[in-house]
Amino acid sequence: MSSVPDDLRYSKEHEWVRADGDVATIGITHFAQEQLGDVVFVELPEKGTAVRQFSSLGVVESVKAASDIYAPVSGEILERNVKVIEKPELVNTEPYGDGWMIKVRLANEGELAQLLSPQDYRSHIGETAGAGGD
Amino acid sequence: MATEAPTLRRTPLYERHVALGAKMVPFAGYEMPIQYEGIVAEHRAVRSHVGLFDLSHMGEFIFQGRGAKALVDRLVSSDIAGLEADQARYGLLTNEGGTIVDDVIVYRTGDSEYLMVVNAANIEKDRRHVLRYLGADVAFDDRSLATALVAIQGPRAATILESATTTSVRELPAFGVVGSEVLGKGATVARTGYTGEDGFEIFVANDAADRIWEGLLERGASLGIKPIGLGARDTLRLEARFSLYGNDIDETTNPIEAGLGWTCKLDKAFIGRDAIAAIKAEGPKRRIVGLVIDGGVARHGHEVVSAGEVVGHVTSGTFGPTVQKNIALAYVPTRLSKVGTAVAVRIRGKDVPATVVKTPFFRRAE
Repeated sequence: MSSVPDDLRYSKEHEWVRADGDVATIGITHFAQEQLGDVVFVELPEKGTAVRQFSSLGVVESVKAASDIYAPVSGEILERNVKVIEKPELVNTEPYGDGWMIKVRLANEGELAQLLSPQDYRSHIGETAGAGGD
Repeated sequence: MATEAPTLRRTPLYERHVALGAKMVPFAGYEMPIQYEGIVAEHRAVRSHVGLFDLSHMGEFIFQGRGAKALVDRLVSSDIAGLEADQARYGLLTNEGGTIVDDVIVYRTGDSEYLMVVNAANIEKDRRHVLRYLGADVAFDDRSLATALVAIQGPRAATILESATTTSVRELPAFGVVGSEVLGKGATVARTGYTGEDGFEIFVANDAADRIWEGLLERGASLGIKPIGLGARDTLRLEARFSLYGNDIDETTNPIEAGLGWTCKLDKAFIGRDAIAAIKAEGPKRRIVGLVIDGGVARHGHEVVSAGEVVGHVTSGTFGPTVQKNIALAYVPTRLSKVGTAVAVRIRGKDVPATVVKTPFFRRAE
């Protein structure tokens, strides 16, 4: 698994977005989970909640501390990942897979363009192009 | 006045930590490893196998001479005068007002010689405190900067250390201390720790630290030894319900409310004895309790709420990797301190249900 998959968009706050039509899946990046350490608690908004781009979306707690998650896009919450609430360590083990957090109905697909490309995110976290991995 | 960032000290094992990939953080004036592999993995290694800690930031005070016993017995709340040679005891440095200056372990290392281990953040303060009571019949030496401290903790600690010493450390009772040689280096070895596991603390001169650290990692490799950072040290001690100075106890807390009345020998004279006896007689207004939080991680400073009112605060909180629960210590009014009492912890503005539970949260099987 690449630490920055090529098919996603990224926020500077280390969330990722996978857009499929007007549905966006959101999680936190491999880099973010590594910085956090062992995730032990995830707090996410309920279905139907409206979120605004770059506003607070929830909280991840590691053994060490709590960190906010920010919504990389605006929209209505379609689903929160119950599996990740029950098994928070999925954020560490599969940040781009079963460790996803929220699905939203995109309010404005144009917002995706305001996010970072994989290449830009790699340089944002100081990973040199092509080096990949961690 | 120009302000400069204070220079952080490094322990003699700094290079080792960096080479092991540790994440280094400032702690009590030192650059210390907070984690290597990860807090949970390190925590589990200590509970199931064995872990190695660099605690060289801790302070070491030596008291020697005719008056050493009487002085340390007056400074510390517990029964120091009753210590046999080669015995250690936990206790508190208290002030006249009966609050806690520091929590310490005193080791009787000779007929009239005592080693007091103090918290790194309190070294300067404790030294000033001690000097105020020092008489001519005691030689006091702050050996903090010259002494390294390595702890080996976990069910396999005795096996590994036994293979590296001339002394049978396996025979050493809990809180026993002995002058020994570890991997050819002169050392003071004590069966003490801060994890709730069996284990040892090894005091050596700075220039012997490398040999001890590397040698024990090598000898422990086949037994699953791991280096352990301050992150896991904190989760381990909280599960075992050991107080952390600066979090759970400080100069605003007294031993009775802090659940440390058992360390106070009230039938001897020590600094703050009368104030503490009075609090005990009257009963403390608040008490520290263990909490299990259902649906959130409580942290130091979070408010404790009962019937909509803020009634106390959390002093330590984390997810306990062994107990698999969100655990905390908190001060609450005495009327709410009974096991089974339902309260709430205000986490990010939300009142999350919590229950007062018996501590320690974790106790190892004998």
